[in-house]
Amino acid sequence: MEFVPAPAVHRVLCADCGTPIVPNSANLCVACLRNTVDITEGIPKQASISFCRNCERFLSPPSSWMIAQPESQELLALCLKKLKGLNRVRLTEAHFIWTEPHSKRLRVSLTIQKEVLTSTILEQVFEIEYLVQHGQCPDCAKLAAKNTWKALVQVRQKVPHKRTFLFLEQLILKHGAQKDTISVKEVRDGLDFFYSSRSHAQKMVEFLAGVVPVRSKASEQLLSSDTHTNTANFKYTYSVEITPICKDDLVCIPPKLARQLSGISPLTICVRVGNSLHFLDPATLQSCEITAPVYWRAPFESLASITDLREFTVLDVEPSGQTRGKWVLADAQVALSGAFRSHGAGGGEDEMDFESMGGAQIFHTRTHLGGILQPGDAVMGYFLTNANFNSDDFANLPSHRVPDIVLVRKAYPNRRKKNKPRAWKLRSIAKEAGEEGETGAGRGVVGRMGGRDQKKVEEDYELFLRELEEDEEMRGAVNMYRAQDHKAGSGLAGGKTRRKGQYDMDVDEAGAAATAAAAAPEATEATDDEEEEPDFPDVKLDELLEDFDEMTLEES
Amino acid sequence: MATRIQFENSSDIGVFSKLTNSYCLCAIQGSTNFYSAFESELGDVIPIVHTSIGGTRIIGRLTAGNRHGLLVPSTTTDQELQHLRNSLPDAVAIQRVEERLSALGNVIACNDYVALVHPDIDRETEEIIADVLKVEVFRQTIADNVLVGSYAVISNQGGVVHPKTSIQDQDELSSLLQVPLVAGTVNRGSDVLGAGLVVNDWCAFTGLDTTATEISVIEAAFKLQGQSSAAVIGEMRDSLIDSWA
Repeated sequence: MEFVPAPAVHRVLCADCGTPIVPNSANLCVACLRNTVDITEGIPKQASISFCRNCERFLSPPSSWMIAQPESQELLALCLKKLKGLNRVRLTEAHFIWTEPHSKRLRVSLTIQKEVLTSTILEQVFEIEYLVQHGQCPDCAKLAAKNTWKALVQVRQKVPHKRTFLFLEQLILKHGAQKDTISVKEVRDGLDFFYSSRSHAQKMVEFLAGVVPVRSKASEQLLSSDTHTNTANFKYTYSVEITPICKDDLVCIPPKLARQLSGISPLTICVRVGNSLHFLDPATLQSCEITAPVYWRAPFESLASITDLREFTVLDVEPSGQTRGKWVLADAQVALSGAFRSHGAGGGEDEMDFESMGGAQIFHTRTHLGGILQPGDAVMGYFLTNANFNSDDFANLPSHRVPDIVLVRKAYPNRRKKNKPRAWKLRSIAKEAGEEGETGAGRGVVGRMGGRDQKKVEEDYELFLRELEEDEEMRGAVNMYRAQDHKAGSGLAGGKTRRKGQYDMDVDEAGAAATAAAAAPEATEATDDEEEEPDFPDVKLDELLEDFDEMTLEES
Repeated sequence: MATRIQFENSSDIGVFSKLTNSYCLCAIQGSTNFYSAFESELGDVIPIVHTSIGGTRIIGRLTAGNRHGLLVPSTTTDQELQHLRNSLPDAVAIQRVEERLSALGNVIACNDYVALVHPDIDRETEEIIADVLKVEVFRQTIADNVLVGSYAVISNQGGVVHPKTSIQDQDELSSLLQVPLVAGTVNRGSDVLGAGLVVNDWCAFTGLDTTATEISVIEAAFKLQGQSSAAVIGEMRDSLIDSWA
């Protein structure tokens, strides 16, 4: 038997150290290869990452800050992003090595591969130490310097009520215009919207100009400037003033402007406020539109607003045939509501006084509401005979052209007597934590300063809700949400507060409508059922949206 | 004795020179450092010829030769051929070869008795090789490389082949060549031996990057430390006395 040696293992000598190795493409042993080429060359072994101690976020270069848990994937990604030379090698593995959190160090172990010489791939494991530099991110610095906003939109309307802002709030919600707002503050006669960038504020101003007649003015304040880099830091303020004329206001258009508007009778009522004002002469159905620039060229005030409305009872309506859209011209005979109540049981001195003021008098007037008024209906109108307006334009009107009464809109007093909770509710912007209820006392930013005049705010809100209920066109512009369990708890509570508001109004003698509604509770009880107005434009269930989670502004 | 030299900052000296037992070819260069290195080793023994082949300096890769002859490619000009004819000893036959694979140095590895050639070389060329160089010709590959001239360097004493040549292949090649073979590298791990190394029976020149380990492998393979021939001894003695004087 012959000895057959196993095939000898083929080896060559390592070119550097002379140890026999299996030939490889570099023909060097691994140790010599390591000695000669360092594949970690060009990769820093130490780096630093910035950490904001306030908001506990890490700087993700170049300028964003992100939240990352210790030893998380995000943090690892951030750490690796910091390393410069990693794109020249192939990273096969990376993981954190535990470090004591107070050491302000992060240690990452990396395994990289790289081709050296010709077709020789070398793998190496090494460690990188990161220094966590505590600092303050620009956001926190701004916060600390109480310099949070960059642009401010001041929206103002110089009227005694909040209806416009309540409606505006709904429009803003519907269009999502509050998206970039960082804060909203209520101030006298309006709201302040704060923004972190100028363009957001400009967007808001443009939105406002699109939905309401406004006049806006931009101004800027220099905070700091650098002459070397030619940069400056400004705060921008946009002052936006809404025309002080609201829907259903009685206005006396200045004669010059009235002549320009095809000679419309100066005494008109405002029927619609979009981004322009629409006026209607109730006696002729002639209407005109005044755009914001035209208005602001010669601003005029309204003579009387919705709080000056009195309730009348329609005795007779005779349409005269002329129509314009939904308006129908009619001759109406009306009397003040309650004028005939002296026949009732509760006759007293008040009523005697009332009658002696001419309450029982029957007035003839022309109205644009011929289409919806029926004899016996209640209607809201301005009682010009009793009114005393402080307006030169009105005083200069020939007295034969001033009617006794201008009817404005139909009223639904019987409907109002019921304490029926509403099946819907509205959202409000910038609600703060702890503010209860969607429509309760804590009602977001509009009326948050209600402490100043809480009753007034409540009253305005109630009037606004009624207006929504009675005006389908207006409802179309807002988002209404289905009230959860409105039959049970919260709805009833809401009803109660509203009821209380009405009593408060009585005490104040502020709203004629409310006065009329709450004047005779016992009479209400008696006539409750039979006198439900059939043409009441009720809010239908399919108009309502399902409630979503609260869309309040995030806290900055 | 192996010497480390460099040609214009390149360690691939086998590209720019050709060394045999009876002559040495050297590429033309601005400075004479390269030439002088050869001259100091070989000056008294064999002629060292400055030349170009076809106007290029890569003479080591374009020519093949041994003690008996020199093969030059078809690109060689008449002038160059004349110059070589004038410079080389009369015993050396010079032949221009019409071969498609014109880098003769890359496709032919030879000593004075045997030549390994590229498997695809012309039959006519093969005959010319056998006639001019007075060698036996074998078509071979080295570690699956067809460029035998690039991956093997052989002298009459021994040879160095590509590091990946298997033991079996080495055995087969050495039985063809009748000299011992060693797998080795030059220029610090480079496997292109023909480019990094020129050798004859008594001396070798390697690229400057060649490490001591590689030198020792080369010297052992070509039996350059041992005093195998009297000529070498005399040469060594002369140079020793020269350098110590």
